[in-house]
Amino acid sequence: MSSGQNFARWFRGAAPAPAQPLERARTAPRISRRCIGLGEFTHDLRGSEEHKPCVLDMGPTSPANITFLADRSLRIYNEDILRAARDPSFLARQEDGSQRIDADKFFAENVAYPQNHFDAILFWDVADYLPEEVVRPLVDRMHAILRPKGSLLAFFHSKDAGLDSPYCRYHIVKPDTLELEPEPGPRLQRIFNNRHIENLFLDFGSRKFFLGRDNIREVLVVR
Amino acid sequence: MWKPRPEDNRPTVNPPQPSQPSAPPVAASAPAVVAQPKETPKPVVESRADVGHIGKSVVIRGELTGNEDLYLDGEIEGTVNLRDHKLVIGPNGKIKATITARDLVLHGRVEGNIHASERVELKRSCSLHGDVSTQRIAIEDGAYFKGAIDIKEHKETRTESRKPMAAVAGGLSNGGSSSVGSGPTLSASSGTQGSFLEPK
Repeated sequence: MSSGQNFARWFRGAAPAPAQPLERARTAPRISRRCIGLGEFTHDLRGSEEHKPCVLDMGPTSPANITFLADRSLRIYNEDILRAARDPSFLARQEDGSQRIDADKFFAENVAYPQNHFDAILFWDVADYLPEEVVRPLVDRMHAILRPKGSLLAFFHSKDAGLDSPYCRYHIVKPDTLELEPEPGPRLQRIFNNRHIENLFLDFGSRKFFLGRDNIREVLVVR
Repeated sequence: MWKPRPEDNRPTVNPPQPSQPSAPPVAASAPAVVAQPKETPKPVVESRADVGHIGKSVVIRGELTGNEDLYLDGEIEGTVNLRDHKLVIGPNGKIKATITARDLVLHGRVEGNIHASERVELKRSCSLHGDVSTQRIAIEDGAYFKGAIDIKEHKETRTESRKPMAAVAGGLSNGGSSSVGSGPTLSASSGTQGSFLEPK
């Protein structure tokens, strides 16, 4: 079968795209991506010298994001929750011999903010890569620290993305445009379907889904 | 027709230095030639003398205050106060302190809040766990930061530069961009299912 036919099959969804090794992602350039969810998320997100809304970025430190948010007179908080979750000091040995994150210890040192502190949270696709025992408590914690009517932007891979989907850092370059920078290391832990996502954010007021062409669903959640 | 007088053919000599008015011409010119190369590095020596240096083997617990720029490569626990001066924390620096300075350049590790009246630079090798309050901040790609950033707008500089700066220094691996729709994604093997089917 020719490569053109392969591509046509893949484009129609009839065949999986050929798997790419992770090594390839290490040298991959940044990919520009239009992001409707981000456009809605940032639409009304602007502060002033007198009042600076608080925004929590839960991805790796991104100079571009800090520049973008600072230009909007926002107070920026940065916490790379996935990096924290990979810290072996939070691991506790279970009865069956396996090691899992001690959630109490983990949340005593991470995402520890007062209630209703944030006006917005950039959650990115962190939930897809976090260990399972941390996901639900983290969403509960985010519900607590997000003020009512505050918004949260999350991404979820669809099942077509595949488990070898590279972990990406997200850099905001325009209000509705991101640059994705593949980074080696974290692996996709699970695939959430729409019902999982609905249940995950059940305590929040509303959830709005945007399906991209790159097997990533954007979800804008309002508390 | 004007003809040059013999004394006009003499090479022009530098006017006598005010500091050496009484010295004979020959004696004055000789040291001047020797002194010239010595004078050029002098400002460098002076500027180095203005910067304090704390080496990597030094450990300080308590309050560190100063009225000069400081390069800090050791360990400090307590407070650092260089209100009107520049602080550079070297790659070996491990600081657990609240830091007050005019400018801060961070290569090492800091746990504590930073108050910089003008500028903060976070280099790629650095790790900062604390809140930053400053007018301008520059963060290199690769720097680790956990905390809050509050950009203060200084009233005096408002007319010069309205926007706060959070610049990216070099070293970004920003290769050629391509749109998402144009490239295939990775393999579509089914993943493990999340365990959030049932509501809480």
